[in-house]
Amino acid sequence: MDERKVQESATFPPKVIAEIQRAASEGLYYIRGSGAKRKVPNFDDLVFLGASVSRYPLEGYREKCDTDVTIGTRFAKKPIHLKIPITIAGMSFGALGANAKEALGRAATAMGTSTTTGDGGMTEEERVSSQTLVYQYLPSRYGMEPDQLRKADAIEVVVGQGAKPGGGGMLLGLKITRRVARMRSLPRGIDQRSACRHPDWTGPDDLEIKIQELREITDWEKPIYVKVGATRTRYDTMLAVKAGADAIVLDGMQGGTAATQTCFIEDVGIPTLPAVRQAVEALKELGMHRKVQLIVSGGIRTGSDVAKALAMGADAVSIGMGALMALNCNAPIYEEDYHALGTKPGCCHHCHTGRCPVGITTQDPELERRLDPERAAQRLQNYLTTLTLEAQTLARACGKSHVHNLEPEDMVALTMEAAAMARVPLAGTDWIPGT
Amino acid sequence: MATLDLAELDIRTVNRRLQGRTGDPNESAFEVLHPMGRHTLAAGINRPIDVTIRGHVGYYCAGMNQQARVTVEGNAGVGVAENIMSGEVRVQGYASQSAGATGHGGLVVIEGDASARCGISIKGVDIVVGGSVGAMSGFMAQFGTLVVLGDAGADLGDSIYEARLYVRGKVESLGADCIEKEMRDEHRQQLAELLERAGMDARPEEFRRYGSARQLYNFKVGNIGYY
Repeated sequence: MDERKVQESATFPPKVIAEIQRAASEGLYYIRGSGAKRKVPNFDDLVFLGASVSRYPLEGYREKCDTDVTIGTRFAKKPIHLKIPITIAGMSFGALGANAKEALGRAATAMGTSTTTGDGGMTEEERVSSQTLVYQYLPSRYGMEPDQLRKADAIEVVVGQGAKPGGGGMLLGLKITRRVARMRSLPRGIDQRSACRHPDWTGPDDLEIKIQELREITDWEKPIYVKVGATRTRYDTMLAVKAGADAIVLDGMQGGTAATQTCFIEDVGIPTLPAVRQAVEALKELGMHRKVQLIVSGGIRTGSDVAKALAMGADAVSIGMGALMALNCNAPIYEEDYHALGTKPGCCHHCHTGRCPVGITTQDPELERRLDPERAAQRLQNYLTTLTLEAQTLARACGKSHVHNLEPEDMVALTMEAAAMARVPLAGTDWIPGT
Repeated sequence: MATLDLAELDIRTVNRRLQGRTGDPNESAFEVLHPMGRHTLAAGINRPIDVTIRGHVGYYCAGMNQQARVTVEGNAGVGVAENIMSGEVRVQGYASQSAGATGHGGLVVIEGDASARCGISIKGVDIVVGGSVGAMSGFMAQFGTLVVLGDAGADLGDSIYEARLYVRGKVESLGADCIEKEMRDEHRQQLAELLERAGMDARPEEFRRYGSARQLYNFKVGNIGYY
């Protein structure tokens, strides 16, 4: 065979052929965990303009750069105050095991930030381990109880998530143990289907009344967030503000999930980068920027990502997959168990199977034992500390005494796509495509 | 009985009083005047009081109710008694969409008709409707009971889990994975008790029972035709 004459098809490369043949064999879409694997314009395509002659920096090891943020200042009687602008995203008990939830809570508490419940309601363990706990109010209302609403520090009305805007949740039967089934009022072992729409409201006018109800039930104490997957972000932001949200959680398409169809993960929603800009523009247009807080998630991995999201106008970020990776997700340990799932460390997305090799996204007691909540919490605390230090370092380099003082003018883009999406100039030019 | 007049008070003041955040904590009976379709009235009560609302109410009346007995002498808007945990909510008129949605426990009685999605995603509540219910009632109903003395609209019990549906009149159509099931003694007994609790004059023998065929409990190729 003459290798020079063997050509792979751009339209039908081996991965596509494999998927066609899998579909032909199984007759069903592929369901998996994790987030989008395709490359999309992201914060890597932006760089900061550090201070020089025209700007002066803050002294890295002496001059203070604050990181705190208060969320819920619009209507809530008890806004929450976080020491760092990095929160832990909503992940359910069920999708995650109890040890993972505990580790998230411990680390968040140690860092003075919040963690978030998910489908299935609040476990006693996570309320105990999380000093500041955001309670998700989801379409399925699995485990939704008013006593839990009152125990929460904030409420997040989930309209959608970045991995699957317009879609409902899934939890496959392997993870529906006796406890998970009881919490969700479902038969044990079924493939759980979560609704994609709330059962008692549709549209922004109803949402306004729903938010009013949640406030009445919790005596107007709790900040109320509205979480949306990034799609028509400008309109969603404006409508959430109109409906009375205290904060908006904006989840870009890189955001993760425990289980959903691949076509959803890869082909629905827009990247975090343009979504942040659209949301900030919408808030500014309404005169609500910094009055309604914006929390951005979906592909936040480093302190640089944090700083860039804040520079674009976010008040805080939220991390899910990064936090799980700090716990050990995709770590090169128990490699034979990755292989048994048909994957390897670094590529695993088998959260949906409940066979998580590192004991995070599982309800199997033996696998769960692989995750020591105390040690895992320490790793996450270290990671959050690193993110914070990195964001502070970049902010000081731009001469800012608070990370919120970062601004779009501190950045330029390395690609035309990123310049157009973030509306910052292409590096070395004054050119912003589309303006 | 304490009287709270919404012609003079705002919703916030009335709800705080009903929730026991203000006023005499020993008060156990209230009447609310001039509700005039206001939303979120009597939401979030968590104590064993009696509340009588003299008129029509808007969205989410008695939402997430715990322990209280709430009576609406009129019609109710969207989501009356949504996510009720315990106690009893009675609507003497008609109810809009999503009555009793996601309720975990307690009893909801609609003496007139209830609109679409009555009993959607219920998780243990018992709902008795004296009239008819609209389309998609009992959608994704997990546990609990929906009793309909009149007719049921299209797609009753679509994607239902383990809830029980009893209908006396005609069913326009059944939703995905919902089938008629045998009425055994245990069902007739449950229904008789529920009808009595609801104060409804009907005989269990007149009803048919519907529930899940349990064919959609696991994702598989053969289910595609359901969607």
